[in-house]
Amino acid sequence: MRTLRLLGMGWYFQFKMISRSAFEGVGQVIWPLFFATVAFFVFRAGDSPRTLLYASLGAAVMGMWSATSTTAGAAMQRERWFGTLELLVATPPHFSLILLPVTLGMATIGLYCMAATLLWGRFLFGIHVSIVHPLLFGLSILGTVISFGALGFLFAVCFVRFRAAWALGNLFEYPVWLIGGFLVPLALFPDWVHPISWALAPTWGMNAIRESALGGSPLDDLALCLGLGVAYVALGVLVTERVLRAARVRGALSLT
Amino acid sequence: MTVAARIFFVGGVTSFRALFYWLTPWIYVPSLLVGPIFQILLFAYIGRSAHLRSDEFYVIGNAIQYAAIPCLFAMSQMIGGERYQGTLSAILVSPAGRIPLFFGRSMPVVVNGAFVAAVALALGCLILDVRLPLSSIAPIALVVLIAAFSCTGLGLINAAISLRLRENAVLTNVIFGFLLIFTGANVPLDSLPGWMSTSAQGMPFTHAIVAARRLADGASLGAVGGLVGAEVLVGLAYGLCGYALLRWFEAQGRRYATLERA
Repeated sequence: MRTLRLLGMGWYFQFKMISRSAFEGVGQVIWPLFFATVAFFVFRAGDSPRTLLYASLGAAVMGMWSATSTTAGAAMQRERWFGTLELLVATPPHFSLILLPVTLGMATIGLYCMAATLLWGRFLFGIHVSIVHPLLFGLSILGTVISFGALGFLFAVCFVRFRAAWALGNLFEYPVWLIGGFLVPLALFPDWVHPISWALAPTWGMNAIRESALGGSPLDDLALCLGLGVAYVALGVLVTERVLRAARVRGALSLT
Repeated sequence: MTVAARIFFVGGVTSFRALFYWLTPWIYVPSLLVGPIFQILLFAYIGRSAHLRSDEFYVIGNAIQYAAIPCLFAMSQMIGGERYQGTLSAILVSPAGRIPLFFGRSMPVVVNGAFVAAVALALGCLILDVRLPLSSIAPIALVVLIAAFSCTGLGLINAAISLRLRENAVLTNVIFGFLLIFTGANVPLDSLPGWMSTSAQGMPFTHAIVAARRLADGASLGAVGGLVGAEVLVGLAYGLCGYALLRWFEAQGRRYATLERA
C-alpha cells in the first residue's frame, strides 16, 4: 500500500511539474503536431489504401512516444541538475520507486499529445475518429501509457552515465516512430527489422489502440504491451542497482 | 578593418566553439549525423506507404531541411548561451561593430549546417540506394551551402527573439516544424493549400529543395539559377531583418534593463 501511495504521489507531483514546463509541457504537445500534419498531407496526396484515420491514430501515438523519449533519457540528469539526486537516492524507498513515477508522468503528458493530434486531425483535416470498442480503446491507451513510462524508465537508468543523455533520448524518437508501425506497416520493412519491432512495447500498444478503434481484437496486443512494460521495469531495477552501486563506489553520483 | 576582421573570423569561431555545446561528439553524432538519417527514413517509408513520391524526393528534401536544426539552434545559442554564461551584457556593452560581431558568428553556423545536410544527403542516398548523377554532386553541394546560408538568416531572427524569449528551444522547434511542413521537403508544394505553397516561397529551403531535386534529375546549374538566386535573396532578407531586430531589441534591452531578464 505504501508503495502504491509513493508511486501515486510521485506521479502526481511529477505530472504537475512537467505540465508547467514550457518545453516539456507545451513544446512536447506542439512538436508531434507538425509531423502529424505532414503525415496527413502525405496520406491525403497519395493513393494508398490506408486511410487518414489510420494516419491519425498513428500520429496520435507518435505524440505519446515523443513526450516520453525526449525527456526520459535525461530524467536522472534533471534531478542531478536540481541538486536533488543524492537526497532521493538516500531516501529509504528503492530508487526505482522514485524514478518510475517521473517517467510515467512524462508518458502521461502523451495523453495531451494524443488528444491534441486527434482534434487537430478532426478540425483541420476532417478526420472523424469513430471508436468501435470505447472501453478497450481506453484500456489500450492506459496500457500504452504505462508501457511507454516503463520504457522511458529503462532509458533513464541506462543513459545515466552519459552527460548528454537527452541527446540519446532524442535519438530514439524517430526510430521508434519508424519501426513501431505508427504510420508505416511493418510489412514494408526488411525482415531483420521485425524482431526489433516486436521487442518494443510501443509496437503492441499501437496495434492495441488501432485494433480497438477499428473493430479488431486488441487483447493479445495489449497483454504483450503490458508484459514488455513489466520486463522493462524489471530490467530497469537491475540496472538501477548496478548504476547506483558503481556511483557509490566511485563517489560519482553527482558527477556527469 | 583588422579589428573588424578579427571580430568576424576569430570571434565567430570562438563563439561557435564555446556556445554551441552540441559540438561534443556525444551530442553532435546522435543529433546532427544520425538524427537526419532517421528523419529521411521515416518520411521515405511514409512516402512508400502512401504511394506518393520516390525515395529520392524524401532524401533530398529532408537532408536539406534538417540543416534547420544546427542553423536555428546555433543562432539562438548565440544569445541564449551568452546570457546563460553571464557574458551577454559584457558583449553588448563592448564597442565592437555589430555587423562583424553578429555576422561573424553566423559563418561557422552556415558551414556546419551545410556539412550536416551534405552528410545526411550522402548517407541517405547510400542507405536507400538513391543514385545521383556524378555531374550533379558539385551543384547540389553549392545549393546545400546556400540553403544553410538562407536558414542561418532566419536563425538571426531567432537569435534576436532570444533577447525577448526565455524558452527559445520551444520556438526553435516550432520554426523547424513549420519548415518541415511548408517547404516541400515531404509534401509536394502543389499538394499543399494555395496559401501554404505561396507562403513557402518566402521561406528558407523551398527554392533550394526544388533546385536540388531538379539537379538530381539532370538539370544544369544554369537551369536552376533562378531558384538558387531566389534562395539567396530569401536568406539575405531574413539576415537583414534579423540584424535590424537584434539592434532594436538590444537598444530596448539597454533602455529597460531587460537584457538578462528574458
